Amino acid sequence: MKLNLKIWRQKGPKSEGKIVDYTVDHVDEDMSFLEMLDVLNQDLIVKGEDPVAFDHDCREGICGMCSMVINGRPHGPWERTTTCQLHMRAFKDGETVFIEPFRANAFPVLKDLAVDRSSFDRIIQAGGYISVNTGNAVDANSIPIDKETADTAFDAATCIGCGACVAACKNASAMLFTSAKVAHLNMLPQGEPERAKRTVQMVAQMDKEGFGACTNTGACEAECPKGISITNIARMNREYFKATITGSK
Amino acid sequence: MTMQLDSKIPAGPLADKWTKYKSTIPLVAPNNKPRIEVLVIGTGLAGAAAAATMAEAGYKVKAFCFQDSPRRAHSIAAQGGINAAKNYQNDGDSVYRLFYDTIKGGDYRSREANVHRLAEVSTSIIDQCVAQGVPFARDYGGLLTNRSFGGVQVRRTFYARGQTGQQLLLGAYSALSRQVGKGAVEMFNRHEMLDVVKIDGVARGIIARNLITGELERHFGHAVVLATGGYGNVFYLSTNAMGSNVTAAWKAHKKGAFFGNPCYTQIHPTCIPVSGDHQSKLTLMSESLRNDGRVWVPKKIEDRLKDPLTLSEDERDYYLERRYPAFGNLVPRDVASRAAKVACDEGRSVNKTGLAVYLDFKDAIARDGKDAIEARYGNLFEMYQRITDENPYERPMRIFPAVHYTMGGLWVDYDLGTSVPGLYAAGEANFSDHGANRLGASALMQGLADGYFVLPYTIGKYLSTQIRQPAISTDHPAFAKAEKEVEDRLNRLANSSGTKTVDEFHKRLGKIMWDNCGMSRNAEGLTQAIADIQDLQKEFWANVRVPGGTKEFNPELEKAGRVADFLELGELMCRDALNRNESCGGHFREEYRTPEGEALRNDEDYTYVAAWEYAGENQEPILNKEPLEFENVELKTRSYK
Ligand SMILES: Cc1cc2nc3c(=O)[nH]c(=O)nc-3n(C[C@H](O)[C@H](O)[C@H](O)COP(=O)(O)OP(=O)(O)OC[C@H]3O[C@@H](n4cnc5c(N)ncnc54)[C@H](O)[C@@H]3O)c2cc1C
Ligand code: FES
Repeated sequence: MKLNLKIWRQKGPKSEGKIVDYTVDHVDEDMSFLEMLDVLNQDLIVKGEDPVAFDHDCREGICGMCSMVINGRPHGPWERTTTCQLHMRAFKDGETVFIEPFRANAFPVLKDLAVDRSSFDRIIQAGGYISVNTGNAVDANSIPIDKETADTAFDAATCIGCGACVAACKNASAMLFTSAKVAHLNMLPQGEPERAKRTVQMVAQMDKEGFGACTNTGACEAECPKGISITNIARMNREYFKATITGSK
Repeated sequence: MTMQLDSKIPAGPLADKWTKYKSTIPLVAPNNKPRIEVLVIGTGLAGAAAAATMAEAGYKVKAFCFQDSPRRAHSIAAQGGINAAKNYQNDGDSVYRLFYDTIKGGDYRSREANVHRLAEVSTSIIDQCVAQGVPFARDYGGLLTNRSFGGVQVRRTFYARGQTGQQLLLGAYSALSRQVGKGAVEMFNRHEMLDVVKIDGVARGIIARNLITGELERHFGHAVVLATGGYGNVFYLSTNAMGSNVTAAWKAHKKGAFFGNPCYTQIHPTCIPVSGDHQSKLTLMSESLRNDGRVWVPKKIEDRLKDPLTLSEDERDYYLERRYPAFGNLVPRDVASRAAKVACDEGRSVNKTGLAVYLDFKDAIARDGKDAIEARYGNLFEMYQRITDENPYERPMRIFPAVHYTMGGLWVDYDLGTSVPGLYAAGEANFSDHGANRLGASALMQGLADGYFVLPYTIGKYLSTQIRQPAISTDHPAFAKAEKEVEDRLNRLANSSGTKTVDEFHKRLGKIMWDNCGMSRNAEGLTQAIADIQDLQKEFWANVRVPGGTKEFNPELEKAGRVADFLELGELMCRDALNRNESCGGHFREEYRTPEGEALRNDEDYTYVAAWEYAGENQEPILNKEPLEFENVELKTRSYK
């Protein structure tokens, strides 16, 4: 099939960007979306033009590196699917496809479709861990964890840190990302001692990075490729409230 | 001229070596540690664990990765699980058994002392990860549960659904992030190391390129650790992430670090088959699937493209169960991959390309119910369906072997030190503990063993000699010279005015490698491959086209540099495969097989590690041999029948 692409091109963080039109022929429906962009880029290079920059690595939907907005939706039309796992059978011959970067003040564009998400790392650095030095651990089976708690913590832990939640949110809020990590660690007995401090510090860092407030639209959950639930946000709000009224930091 | 390699294996009985070593090596006093700087290149499981642990100990650490965050290292993609000799299942596991299985699985081509140490520390890894909040699978009593993995008869594999690597890496990443937050580790994301800097024969730093601005940077370290992963992408198509590469290890090799057993490649039996020329990577379907899935092809060639649901039991050949009754579908990877190749070479493949066999869950679903299978493999089944548009709950999966892991890597001694003093290698980047074939769920174990429990100790032995060594200014001429060389090479790539894209060269290299240095190899093919790769190298430098400049965000330039290194590595791999006149593990030479077609080792002549030394541009590399001595395990023909 043949597609008309409208792609955001931007030379660098400070340059102005604009949508540029391209067409790609010979798109096979078994190609992944990124393989379709590979085909475009090979053409551009041969023609002496600048290929489109985009982030990607695992191409298996797990590293969280790929990040683009396709026809207005982070990671495109398929539910619970990253861009790299989206396949071209999702599109029709002759269709026009808009491709843009994840947009948020806290995610500045580096080039074309690649953005800087180091703000997410800094949120984790502020408290997204359990303080245990190597060698300090007790036997792994000495603290049983009931299966339901373990499974719920796991569900939160499957976040791939791609930032689609931020890109989907009209306020560019990072609540889903932050709350997933808070929920994962706070639910486990190992995470208990630092529970209050963790929550308060991660929320403070999130605000400092310039992410917006959460107004409960649920867009983040709808676009999350891993189906992270917004119940995590409610849980974090409760934890935060508890931590701040008891004054523990 | 070849030299004698010192593997620095401590004296004493096997089971006591590590304990004794740890309690007798010299230490660095706490007040000296903050003055000692360590560079850790790569923050996957091995690198993140090592950087965090060394920072906890008090060293000043700088860590580097080429992705936008350490959380995205290729380790994230590991699916099936991690081994540890916990014996929680009370099924007869022990440190010795894990050691033995690993030695045997590796076809007796690894070092006893290293493997025993790995088995010893395996149990601490699980404790450490659980303490960090890694959500391993649990049973209803709240305790950890295990699955079995290919090539062994006990259940010792810990897992986190089908995303064990993700959870382990996020654990290591959280430990690393904690140290970054404290200022104990300085993290350099989107940085690529492009050379090692040596002063007076000792590793003293690196040259790295900031991938956003393109600027080159100089970094000093009292020691340099490479934890930069494997090089399976030399084959172009593999299950590795797109960015996985050999560059860091290759630059180290050219600066004097020997390369160990480069030809040992693992071809994983269960991957989604290639669908067309556009294919950029292959997707693994975890080995754990073989616990419940049965592998088969039709008995008759004419049935191969028939709807599998219409073929009766009589018309199917469950060839692994037939050929290897003791292990059945759970034979090790090298055995399973070769058997798939044999079935396809016989003309019985089950797709149009001639490269696929079935992995069938029909019986498991009938036995345990769809829900149970979904709980075990749901995310893998989903991924399969997304890629192939077929529903594996209803029809058998189609699978084929693909390049997955490289047992070869930088040669290291017991201390994980390379042949360059001060330069260490950990994780998949070293030639590792897996001999000629790695058992499933043992790479995660090795990466974390190296990172958390081995390197932070062994490097201390070296660093204790460095406490009087002041930091060296990066104005030193050795830094300037290395930077200039890196810059010249980047300019050469960026200014090349050829007509062919980097990917085109990479694909051509991949095809040469897969055809001649892949699942089966022979002297004629390897000899031809060496000549072909040399031609391709020349053509690459004469005719590659790299858009854009060096001082900007330029992914094509990054790729070009990596492919240039793969082109050199590919040649060395073929040389190594040609030198090894035997079949062992993943290295199958057609000339050396038993009458039944199984691999035929030659212990008399090849019980050694081939440690290749770089001899200069257009010079034949020098082969150094480290003899492998087996004092505890008797060398046997590996049999899974
Ligand atoms: C699909 C898949 C599934 C797997 N499943 C399993 C499994 O179930 N069990 C198991 O035991 N093993 C499994 N493996 C193998 C295992 O995942 C890897 O061997 C292991 O994770 C490697 O870890 P590492 O830390 O050595 O390297 P990696 O995780 O590859 O990390 C390499 C690091 O080096 C950095 N780097 C590389 N080059 C440079 C450079 N030049 N400059 C700066 N940084 C650089 C990267 O940015 C990255 O941070 C699997 C592998 C694959 C491909
Ligand atoms: S490239 Fe890794 S999630 Fe898409």
